[in-house]
Amino acid sequence: MSFSEQFSTLFATYDVLGAFWTNVQLTFWAAIGSFVLGSVLALMRISPVPSLRWAGTAYVHLIRNTPLTILMTLAILGVWTQFQLSLATSFEWNFFIYAVIVLAIYHAAFVCEAIRSGVNTVPVGQAEAARAIGLSFMPTARYVIFPQALRGSITPLGNTLIALAKNTTVATVASVAEASGMMKSMIEFNSDLIFMIFFVFAMGFVIIVVPIGLLTTWASRKLAVKR
Amino acid sequence: MKRMTSTSVLFDVPGPKARARTRIFNIIAILVLAGMLAYVLMVMGRQGQLEADKWTSLFSGNLWVNYILPALGKTLLAALISVFTSVIFGLFFGMARLAPNKFIRGFGTVVVEFFRAVPVLMMMIFFWLFLGQFTFFSPSQLPFIAVVLGLTLYNGSVIAELLRSGVHQLPKGQGEAGLAIGLTPWAVLTSVLMPQALTAMMPSLLSQFVVILKDTALGYIISYPELLAAARRFGSGEGNILQMLLLAALIFVVINFALTLLAEWLSQFLSSRTDVEIKHADGVPGEVDNARPKTEMMFKIPKH
Amino acid sequence: MNISQLKGKALAAAALAATGVLALSGCGSSSDGESIRIGIKYDQPGLGYQDGRDYTGFDTDVARYVAQELGYSEDQIEWVEAPSANRENMLVNGQVDMIFATYSISESRLKTVDFAGPYFYAGQDLLVQQENTDISGPDSLAGKNLCSVTGSTSAKKIQDKYSSTVQLVQQNSYSDCVVALNAGMVDAVTTDDIILAGLGATRANQGELKLVGNTFTEERYGIGLPKGSDQCADINAAINKMVETGAWEEAVEKNVGASGYVYDAELNPPVLDSACATVPAQ
Repeated sequence: MSFSEQFSTLFATYDVLGAFWTNVQLTFWAAIGSFVLGSVLALMRISPVPSLRWAGTAYVHLIRNTPLTILMTLAILGVWTQFQLSLATSFEWNFFIYAVIVLAIYHAAFVCEAIRSGVNTVPVGQAEAARAIGLSFMPTARYVIFPQALRGSITPLGNTLIALAKNTTVATVASVAEASGMMKSMIEFNSDLIFMIFFVFAMGFVIIVVPIGLLTTWASRKLAVKR
Repeated sequence: MKRMTSTSVLFDVPGPKARARTRIFNIIAILVLAGMLAYVLMVMGRQGQLEADKWTSLFSGNLWVNYILPALGKTLLAALISVFTSVIFGLFFGMARLAPNKFIRGFGTVVVEFFRAVPVLMMMIFFWLFLGQFTFFSPSQLPFIAVVLGLTLYNGSVIAELLRSGVHQLPKGQGEAGLAIGLTPWAVLTSVLMPQALTAMMPSLLSQFVVILKDTALGYIISYPELLAAARRFGSGEGNILQMLLLAALIFVVINFALTLLAEWLSQFLSSRTDVEIKHADGVPGEVDNARPKTEMMFKIPKH
Repeated sequence: MNISQLKGKALAAAALAATGVLALSGCGSSSDGESIRIGIKYDQPGLGYQDGRDYTGFDTDVARYVAQELGYSEDQIEWVEAPSANRENMLVNGQVDMIFATYSISESRLKTVDFAGPYFYAGQDLLVQQENTDISGPDSLAGKNLCSVTGSTSAKKIQDKYSSTVQLVQQNSYSDCVVALNAGMVDAVTTDDIILAGLGATRANQGELKLVGNTFTEERYGIGLPKGSDQCADINAAINKMVETGAWEEAVEKNVGASGYVYDAELNPPVLDSACATVPAQ
């Protein structure tokens, strides 16, 4: 069999695009979830209430220092089995939703830190001016600090998004049929084509990740706050 | 310009009313948390997860001597070796990316960008299955080699980026002064710019160590007998996998928290000693300042 | 694509050349009478399991017996982990001398390796909770949730034959499946009966789980050897002796008996001639 024939047989047998589509979907939903949760955490960490600050800090330290692989395993072997919590009637959707939730919980800690680093780029004068015209904490945060902070945190947020896209491969631990698991079984059954298989999957991620990086760089320049 | 390093300016020191509100909020929050905890414990009790022997085996000598400590050793070994090899890889390709020759620079860029884009897990799976085809590597060493290779290629590329952005963030005058006293561009890079950039990078390097340590846990997928694998094996034998996973997570949190504290202390210590702005990556995988450097033209020497 | 293929070939060639040099210099030499390298599973309770510093299980006991008959004492055995995906490679490359790792004799494997044995006849079965009464075999699985390991042949078989009615969960290991089974999130776990028996015989699962005992495939566990091996006759004689002396029976009882498992007595224990295993004529 010629090389191109082997190639086409292999990719006719395995739904490689479908597997990547799963990774893209995981990335999309987990990005939304982690952004919402991460923003709330960032707000908590700069809020006037000490217990909220403490809770936000504890969350970030705890989650950031735990391997994602362990969180993923805990969700399935701990929560799904022990708490008997099914999130969907079909197993496929159940594990997908679990994976999205774990990815969102994990990356929210990094989103929080990214936004906080953005807050640190806002000059103190901005907050002082806001306070001087009589705004209290929430309006100051919402109308003055956050809009500038978000624009200043585009680069770290973009990096977190890239990390998230790559970390969707860890969902294989949660029995989600995604790209890295498919690569593994493809190689196990076609070890003579190992280089080609790896190259195709690696390029798949290059195609997903590099545009995010370029977009981030472009956006961080375009939206930079002029000072 | 003064930055908002502390957030106290966002709100007043709370007065008596605000303090009272905070107190009420705290009480409600504690009640809610206690309720959630009670629910969790109730479910765990119903599932038999609170039975004493599921927890007491966490303190058994057999577990620590035969499972946790050897596995923790494997985890730390893979992490330490990977840190070492990553730094070498990072220095090499970081210099390649700063090289005056544009072909070397281009090569460095392609390598670094490629390995930063490919998930670590995929690299580990690839090397594990690929190197298994050769007699050169003993099969019991394969998972270790694959873990170290995967971690090195990714984290080395991140360190190369840290080095590049570190050099580019140095004041332009540093490079110019070096060139002005007649040093070659290479000498400027290695004896003026890199030492300063490396100092500035130290805290980020420590943060990267946290990333490496966490990613060793991926090794269990390719049968590297590290901490998570040992926890699962013991847990499945004793029927307390949940407790074992929590223990493994706790061990990681403690070690990484200590490393994070060290990174923070180091960053303060170094800022007090040098003029260079100390960057502190927060352990976000691949957290590097992507902004295009302002001193791109550093090595352009006017032609006569 | 062509370039990557070329690159791949060049790299593979370079690596092969490197290994050739090493083999010449004597580093890659195979068994020299000093010790014997035996590939086993490390993570399969009851069959091949790394328990602290010990190696336990039926596979390891058979391996010890055979090694002893071949003239190796216990401390001359060097245990090597042989994950399913690497078994053929490890034999072809001479990284192990023999493999006892729930290794089914199959036509495709016989192309690259030889098998002595079989030393056990297993069959795909179902593991359920002790009080379960409504699952009696693969045909009573309609509407049930079934667990198996990702990419395993057991999973594939169920998917091909019963996928219309069964919901299959694929986990990373059989012990994960057992955790889900104990919690009631799946109704049954499927793979070879003796593997299930090993899982059911662990201290935590004794009396909690049972095998259905209605096997629906036949798996012959062989001893993997490098192609062209001359050891089949000796190993088969050792297995026969192990059966005759009752050590075989004892090993089954000791390692998986606690699950209440009864092996298929029509096929077991095996009686072997001196030839290497072949695929039976259909």
